[in-house]
Amino acid sequence: MTTRETSPYRLDRALVWEGFKTLLPLSLFVIVFGIAFGLAAAQVGLGGLEIVLMSTLVFAGASQFAALELWGPQIPVFTLLVTVFAINARHLLMGATLYPWLEPLSPARRYGIMVVASDANWAMAMQAFGRGQPGLGLLLGGGIALWGFWVLGTWLGLHVGGAVQDPASLGLDMVMGCFLLAMVVGGEKNLRMLLIWAVAAGASLVAFYHLPENSHVVVGALAGGLVGLVWGKRE
Amino acid sequence: MSLETGGLGALLIILAMGAVTLATRWGGVFVMSFVPIGYRVRQFIHAMSGSVLVALLAPLAVTGDNAARLALLTTAVIMLTLRKPLPAIAGGVLAAALWRQLA
Repeated sequence: MTTRETSPYRLDRALVWEGFKTLLPLSLFVIVFGIAFGLAAAQVGLGGLEIVLMSTLVFAGASQFAALELWGPQIPVFTLLVTVFAINARHLLMGATLYPWLEPLSPARRYGIMVVASDANWAMAMQAFGRGQPGLGLLLGGGIALWGFWVLGTWLGLHVGGAVQDPASLGLDMVMGCFLLAMVVGGEKNLRMLLIWAVAAGASLVAFYHLPENSHVVVGALAGGLVGLVWGKRE
Repeated sequence: MSLETGGLGALLIILAMGAVTLATRWGGVFVMSFVPIGYRVRQFIHAMSGSVLVALLAPLAVTGDNAARLALLTTAVIMLTLRKPLPAIAGGVLAAALWRQLA
């Protein structure tokens, strides 16, 4: 134990700046994903302002790519919002796991920090807390870095996208699908998850062919969620 | 219910997406300040957030052309071997491009 005061609850400007710098290398990769999103969004006919606004306000890559999958001249709003909620529901767990360290803060700070919570800065913050070190700077500063570079990348992608004549011939229509698949495959892999995915895929396909349009996302997500509920995993 | 994307429609949808996402970022903290989230609910949420991606992808893989399937296969293989998303996505896109140029 060091004698220096390193309470895990600490949050000040220096820690936020530290967090920003720590997440900076990862944020450069986030730019590339942002470019991919800007490119894909321009292809489905979203306007420039809307694309940048979506990255600014939503700041959750997988759900934004999923929204493009449902985008068209007519949008099934309910399905879209349920899809966004289901993909981003993991934020609920992040908030719940962070709660012990957020509790001493004022509500304004507590909810202010959560605005920029996402996978990478949450994971880094939890690691820091696990070592008994301050993690809120990583959460806030790192989140600001990720958010800023996500928006910047989106804006860049928009301008690259405008220059490409036939995106499909370059395989660029697959950016979205490959991104989502990489997120799935990069996650936890074991027999339980495999069964969950298989049931989700099967239910999705059944709904895709036999149920009203666009219901497959919600049906698949609920089916997979139920398998997870029945076959609980020890924590 | 569907909404036209012309005019203000797209902006409204994006605002709603932002609101829903913010609700997920705030919801966990908010609920925890009243009651701890239980084991079963956590299991359901965790399984659901992966399943929704699979549910989106399944029809894409079944109804897509061979280039699309090759792209997804390439991404999965690279992701399983290298465990890095960027090469996996780049490989998938490249595979689709090559297939469409050559086939």
